[in-house]
Amino acid sequence: MTTILETRSLNKEFGAVIAAKDLNVQVAKGEVVGVIGSNGAGKTTFINMVTGYLKPTRGEILFNGKSILGHSPRAITRAGMARSFQVAQLFPDMSVIDNLIVALAAAESPRPSFLSPLRSDARIARAEEILAEFGIENYQNSKVTAVPQGARKLVDIAMALIGNPQMLLLDEPTSGVSMDEKTGLMDTVMNAVRQHGVTVLFVEHDMDVVERYVSRVLAFYSGEIIADGKPAAVLADNRVRDLVTGHRPTHKKGNGAS
Amino acid sequence: MRFDKTEISLALVAIACVLFGFVSPGWLIFLLTIALAKALVVQGVVMQMRSGLVSFGQGLFYCIGGYTVGMGGQFFGIHDAIAALALGMAVAIVVAMILGLLLTRYRDIFFAMLSLAFSMILFGILVKSQGLGSTDGFNVHNWTVFGWAPETGADSQQTVFTMTVLAGLLIAVLIHRYTKAGIGVICEAVRENEVRVEYLGLSPRWLLYGNYVAAASVSALGGGLTALATGHVDPEMAYWTTSGEFIFIALLGGLGHVAAPFIAAIVFSVVRTYSIEFVPNTWQMILGFTLLGVIVFLPKGLWSLVSREKSGERT
Ligand SMILES: Nc1ncnc2c1ncn2[C@@H]1O[C@H](COP(=O)(O)OP(=O)(O)OP(=O)(O)O)[C@@H](O)[C@H]1O
Ligand SMILES: [Mg+2]
Repeated sequence: MTTILETRSLNKEFGAVIAAKDLNVQVAKGEVVGVIGSNGAGKTTFINMVTGYLKPTRGEILFNGKSILGHSPRAITRAGMARSFQVAQLFPDMSVIDNLIVALAAAESPRPSFLSPLRSDARIARAEEILAEFGIENYQNSKVTAVPQGARKLVDIAMALIGNPQMLLLDEPTSGVSMDEKTGLMDTVMNAVRQHGVTVLFVEHDMDVVERYVSRVLAFYSGEIIADGKPAAVLADNRVRDLVTGHRPTHKKGNGAS
Repeated sequence: MRFDKTEISLALVAIACVLFGFVSPGWLIFLLTIALAKALVVQGVVMQMRSGLVSFGQGLFYCIGGYTVGMGGQFFGIHDAIAALALGMAVAIVVAMILGLLLTRYRDIFFAMLSLAFSMILFGILVKSQGLGSTDGFNVHNWTVFGWAPETGADSQQTVFTMTVLAGLLIAVLIHRYTKAGIGVICEAVRENEVRVEYLGLSPRWLLYGNYVAAASVSALGGGLTALATGHVDPEMAYWTTSGEFIFIALLGGLGHVAAPFIAAIVFSVVRTYSIEFVPNTWQMILGFTLLGVIVFLPKGLWSLVSREKSGERT
């Protein structure tokens, strides 16, 4: 089992707020890790540090065994680590397909062409395939601001996947999506991810979603990781139940997933 | 190479303009030449507006283009107009490559003010340069095209007009392609969401830098052509009111189409000429009301008058 991502004593302070405290995380290639934690627990901060958006106060981050501390988000993206955002980060004045086409061009080269058209037939065809894969082909020509939240989230994730990352960090992929759409959305995402053999770490508030997809859970509380292990064990942990999930009923809904 | 509908239309209009030039009076040719040359400077402003940056100092490159053409003939024996124009663009590119390193770190009002600062520095230097005529500037004459020297004033006016139209056509086609090419579209993406661009593995700064340098070269060409047309350059070209005029025309035309700056520049020149003639001393007020009207009623510029009719078509 090879480690793809490792953080060593990662710390982040915003003034008096400790958003990350001695985070030691190792993620193995191929794992699907769920991150849980109440609001303000430091989940987004963790992703922001790992992807170079925030500089940790102290600590070390290794990606494929090499330090990426202090690297820019674009360098880290090019190195093979992509992310999606809690609030989808798209180009609001562009259509859904144009958003994907920009991502396709970006994946091809860090230096976009000065004269050859961005919307080439090849890119349009590829973008249409991706739209179909994600089940959002109906929104192809809609402006992203005019499509439902769930579709926006999918566009955001699709754009992250276009660069063929080795690892994908998803910040609350199902937030703002209605209960009954969540599973559909996650199924779509996880199918795409499996096809590409990507290692995934995703933040999620819905424990049913977590249990359904992940092989391992990290529970954050106030900048610390208070539990790390198999979903069943972590969700049964007393501290996690006290501080993160609350005492929810433990019976499974009969949807047969695990 | 294949040409699309827009490019063919541009070419037809350009040919019509050149022909029109042979039958129209000198004053009109002059007005159009200046308007089209300024429109090229405005194209540079518009290129940056698309990326979300407003240059309050595009006069810098206008002035560099003009002075290079003037000085080339005066001091360095470069009398060929086309070589001089190309040299002006080259100088602008070099200057932009240096200034761009600093400027592309800034956004919004900071970019606007810093670009203004650089143009005012050039203005200050030129005002202090006795050898270049200080505030009076100097005359630009004795130029040739492919070895041919226009003999009369009318001849040279005619020639500059034709050159300006052809240069305008060439630049319009290039910009039309540029806006649809990777860098053009992704510069708009930078305006819309810089964070996302960064997370696609691209450098917003590099994109803005490339765009800034390209815009500078286009604006310098406009400056060079203006120098040839008026036969004169002075430091006013780098003054902030000149840059303000370019922004004015850019807003007047809008970002909707590559032809918009040309149309807006012609409208601007006509409005100004006639207001000076019929209601002297109030032309600034008239221009003010024109801009007010455009911003209130046509927030996307004059071009929306055209595109409204064929809405649905993508530009
Ligand atoms: N840029 C910032 N400046 C100051 N404080 C910040 C900043 N970003 C996060 N914080 C603080 O750090 C703590 C962790 O925030 P973070 O956004 O990582 O939480 P989270 O676990 O993602 O929460 P949520 O579930 O609400 O998204 C919070 O107390 C937050 O207020
Ligand atoms: Mg968060």
